[in-house]
Amino acid sequence: MQFIYDIGPRIVAITAQFLGQHFPAWAVQLILMIVSVATIAVFVLITFMFLTYLERKIIARMQDRIGPNRVGPLGLLQPVADAIKMMTKEDITPTVAHRAAYNIAPVLVVAPPLMAFAVIPFGKGMIAADLNIGILYAVAISSLGTLGLLMAGWSSRNKFSLIGAMRAVAQMVSYEVPMILSLMGVLMITGSLAMGQIVSKQAVPFIILQPVAFIIYFISSIAELNRTPFDIPEAESEIVAGYHTEYSGMKFAMFMMSEYVSVIVMAAVGTTVFLGGWRGPVLPSYIWFLLKIYVIIFVLMWFRGTLPRLRVDQLQGFAWKFCVPVALLNIFMSGIVIFLVPPNTTHPLVQVAAYAVGNIILAIVVLLLYRRPTARAAAAVSGA
Amino acid sequence: MLANYAILAVFMVVAGLVPIGALATAWVIRPHKPNPVKSEIYECGIETVGEAWVQFKVQYYIYALVFVIFDVETAFLYPWAVAYNRLGVFALFEMSIFVAILLAGLLYAWRKGALEWV
Repeated sequence: MQFIYDIGPRIVAITAQFLGQHFPAWAVQLILMIVSVATIAVFVLITFMFLTYLERKIIARMQDRIGPNRVGPLGLLQPVADAIKMMTKEDITPTVAHRAAYNIAPVLVVAPPLMAFAVIPFGKGMIAADLNIGILYAVAISSLGTLGLLMAGWSSRNKFSLIGAMRAVAQMVSYEVPMILSLMGVLMITGSLAMGQIVSKQAVPFIILQPVAFIIYFISSIAELNRTPFDIPEAESEIVAGYHTEYSGMKFAMFMMSEYVSVIVMAAVGTTVFLGGWRGPVLPSYIWFLLKIYVIIFVLMWFRGTLPRLRVDQLQGFAWKFCVPVALLNIFMSGIVIFLVPPNTTHPLVQVAAYAVGNIILAIVVLLLYRRPTARAAAAVSGA
Repeated sequence: MLANYAILAVFMVVAGLVPIGALATAWVIRPHKPNPVKSEIYECGIETVGEAWVQFKVQYYIYALVFVIFDVETAFLYPWAVAYNRLGVFALFEMSIFVAILLAGLLYAWRKGALEWV
């Protein structure tokens, strides 16, 4: 029975023992590294394919349709059919495009989100590299994808592509600030950037202690992912398909892949930092981790089935005029609560109570601060 | 610790190989029949007018400037947040001043109209 609970570390130990009889120590370590990285990559790719199916199925359900149901049982083989189609589709490069940048861009958008999985703890003892700068690494590496988007949009030499890329960059840099700031409250409690430490300090999931931070993180990561309601960089009603207008075949598939892999990264980081990571009763740790990830992903898809798209000015204004000030106030609130109730020495229940008071005061302050601007905006909308 | 960074290098190689491998496979099996009309850029089906590489709306660059300032400031906040537990009352006042400066900077940009979409 115990084997099921720590299957990851067990398999690594058994493989290491087996390889140790035939190879020198450094070779064993290298083989183990490559195998574990390949395992994570395969897991991510399979999840990506499944998510494309799941998203279509869930959105179809919400719109009272059936969704893919022809290829395989319940349409489960649809992603495979899509992959074959993408593979065999002709790839068109515009003659006026900047060829080098145009061809490098798809690689540059996929690689960074894949690299972010290095610091994600998938279960107890199932983390590829528990860096002491873990969360900083994940945030920094996943923001690199912006570069690929700008390259794609600019090199296509298409007006719609350029507008889409510019919108994407403006939006992603704007929402990166509240995202980083929202993680700060948690880091102040844990006193560490390492993902393993963050999970082990969550006797109470941080979503209970830091609900405001979680909401800000969630909103800004949807904006980072360019998903509905923040999908104006690829708004098909305005600018064709945004930065990937000119891409077809496998290169287009790379943009889709980067999008879904980023969704998994964002859900995984959110789970680790706010939902207690792999911690949970009875079930094995990795099952808990997957369950929590899929809850976040389902909410993302739910948003897509529910909310209409925002305007550019509304989107940027929301980031700078609401998310950033509220995230800063949240840091201030956390600072005071941590000072009054030190996290390592007080009972979890006392902490929950202290943070509840802090969060209620924060909510009242925010509501008072934004009462007049909100009323003015509402009046402007109804007057126009 | 060094082994941890070695695995990052492995990750970088694999993360690069995944898209390159997929694109290379597609390159081998896909058809390739270009013609002048097909290779034009797509702008809603009509013939394109004008050049895409132009001077762009300045508002985007202003957001980029505000972002650089705030990103550097948040980078300074990270080490402080990690050490917060160990610093005691000094950190609380220091934090108040720093967050106040950040908020003042944001308010300044706001009042100057840098956050308005023009």
